[in-house]
Amino acid sequence: MLLTHSGEYVQLLTPRGERVDAPGFDPWVADIGSAELRSLYEDMLISRRLDTEATALQRQGEIGLWPPLLGQEAAQVGSAHALRQSDFVFGSYRENAVAYCRGVDLTTMISVWRGNANAGWNPYDISMAAPAIIIGAQSLHAVGYAMGCNFDRSDDISIAYFGDGATSQGDVNEAMVFAASFSAPVIFFCQNNHYAISEPVGVQTTKPIADRAPGFGIPSIRVDGNDVLAVFAATAIAADRARSGNGPTYIEAVTYRMGPHTTSDDPTRYRPEAELEEWRAKDPLDRVKRYLINAGALDDAQLQEIDDHADEVAKDLRAAIRALPEPDPLSFFDTVFAEPNAHLARQRSQHAAYLAAFDGGER
Amino acid sequence: MAGQKTADTAETVHTLTLSKSINEGLRRALSDNEKVVLMGEDIGDLGGVFRVTDGLKAEFGPSRVIDTPLAEAGIIGTAVGLAYRGYRPVCEIQFDGFIYPGFDQIVAQVAKLHARTSGDVRMPITIRVPFGGGIGSVEHHSESPEAYFAHTAGLRVVSCSNPQDAYSMLRQAIASDDPVLFFEPKRRYWMKGEVNLEQTPERSLSSARVLTSGTDVTLVTYGPLVPTAMDVAAAAAEDGISVEVIDLRSLQPVDFDAVVASVRVTGRLVVTHEAQRFAGLGAEIAATITERCFEYLEAAPERVTGFDTPYPPAAFEDQFLPDLDRILDAVDRAMGRRNSLSDWRFDG
Ligand SMILES: Cc1ncc(C[n+]2csc(CCOP(=O)(O)OP(=O)(O)O)c2C)c(N)n1
Repeated sequence: MLLTHSGEYVQLLTPRGERVDAPGFDPWVADIGSAELRSLYEDMLISRRLDTEATALQRQGEIGLWPPLLGQEAAQVGSAHALRQSDFVFGSYRENAVAYCRGVDLTTMISVWRGNANAGWNPYDISMAAPAIIIGAQSLHAVGYAMGCNFDRSDDISIAYFGDGATSQGDVNEAMVFAASFSAPVIFFCQNNHYAISEPVGVQTTKPIADRAPGFGIPSIRVDGNDVLAVFAATAIAADRARSGNGPTYIEAVTYRMGPHTTSDDPTRYRPEAELEEWRAKDPLDRVKRYLINAGALDDAQLQEIDDHADEVAKDLRAAIRALPEPDPLSFFDTVFAEPNAHLARQRSQHAAYLAAFDGGER
Repeated sequence: MAGQKTADTAETVHTLTLSKSINEGLRRALSDNEKVVLMGEDIGDLGGVFRVTDGLKAEFGPSRVIDTPLAEAGIIGTAVGLAYRGYRPVCEIQFDGFIYPGFDQIVAQVAKLHARTSGDVRMPITIRVPFGGGIGSVEHHSESPEAYFAHTAGLRVVSCSNPQDAYSMLRQAIASDDPVLFFEPKRRYWMKGEVNLEQTPERSLSSARVLTSGTDVTLVTYGPLVPTAMDVAAAAAEDGISVEVIDLRSLQPVDFDAVVASVRVTGRLVVTHEAQRFAGLGAEIAATITERCFEYLEAAPERVTGFDTPYPPAAFEDQFLPDLDRILDAVDRAMGRRNSLSDWRFDG
């Protein structure tokens, strides 16, 4: 039932908002009625609003950098909703919608982009690891975690999110070797957003990315990454396989990064405008909205309510940033080691003495 | 319990080789804490290429003593995930020269995650590395890469030099909530010594040990060169020079206070290690001791190290490795006894 063969992808909701049958996948979304789909839509809309707001904040100098996920909302929200809270997520810097779905405190999320912290949230609060900036490193962490779930005889699982560029990294390939050998309960979730900064996916591979996994002994699913229902179904299938002792599954979510790589990037240098237009027509939010409206399950009042909620989240985000206290200037010494380190303690106190020599301890 | 008991000692004292004492340390760690797992290549049925993990898979099973795929980044990277899950992985790198494929996971992930998460995530990972030369091996099998790791914030780096330390320091490393690079002097694996398996370590993992006290020269070393340094002290004594040998034990952090205390008495410092000289541990120790003991120093600190070449083929290793004579020469120079090498200092 898993599609490990080349080229096709699974779709349950067309860009025009029509529900199409996908035998084998439909049962996994049978529980998703109008109310559930509305809440998926709401999370996608809020993710989009987070992007707009964070981009504005970057332009206003409130934060240093932001990696937008514009266009990838369905891939992130759909997969995140198919997990249990006790499952552990290992992502890159772009999985901010996943973090949102797992209940991250926005203040801690944003403190990173403000330059006040390295990793932000406490991983154990939302069962989501510190974001990895080294491309692909987190895939091995996810596999190790999943091996631990096996050793514990728990039915928790882990998921590794990474991009199409990451598929070229040794770590991602080693992760597949380990996952297959140890039958680790892990999901490899590749968001093929078609670009690694400026490099089109064709530089990383000349085949559909999902084709790679079967060679490692891992079944794969290629799914329309802009279709929240299809992503949910694929992730639910993979999660169920992992929980029931059948090991890893690889998902390629075919999507598109409609914004820049980060706020420092200029996609007009490498991306044809026509290509962007083509993908705008496949927008992950529009199709859910159309489907719900056509089904009579989304009216203007509800749309307004969702919009108001997004406004609220954006407002909170802005306030959170403004309210962030300046970090203690010496605190970056404090958590290098878990145990006291005499050498570092000496360096810290020398620097503290230096700072204290200025008026009022302020430079 | 393997290992023969020595006469007149308690039940728990055994004469063991250094490799066997590490084996006992691993066995003890595995049985004391079910979260300890060993990972590495060939560590299971074979017991490791040096047999350090001999018998452990049979005793604890394949999910505690894990034969991994042949992928160093994979070994360290999955250990990170296991640590996230509450495990305390002990990774074996087969030989020093094979640690580099795992370098990124060590320096960018293992070392930094505690700091990156403001202390929320701990990485109690021990990475065992047989290191150093002197066994007549081929390329990539005799290297001393410790300075790369000592340079990296967030890692502890240690090296044992005798069976008792090997046993105790390994158990301390595994118990530490910080990641530890544990460098094992492979040419001393077969060196025997008494090991008290019940002894609680008498000193912290980060403290140095003064092995012989002396008043003329402080000789600082670690790992495989410790026995050589002891021979140097004995030979120097015959020449009327009193050498204090310090086994550093911990390379990050370095117990500078112990070295400072010694140099304040002797006024002379010689550091020796097998690793290349440039930007090595010796440079760091010489610089710090110069800063902290300048007014006590009678002579410039001396370094006796490997050369700034790749570790050479076995036919040359006697030249590459610091030996008794080269170290004694440096002790002489520190004492102001000019010799053939002294002139290099003043060649303008
Ligand atoms: C090991 C490594 N090499 C290079 C970079 C610089 N870099 C940051 S993001 C990126 C592109 C990643 O592309 P992809 O994996 O497709 O993820 P995406 O950003 O598209 O989500 C690069 C090259 C890095 N962070 N890590």
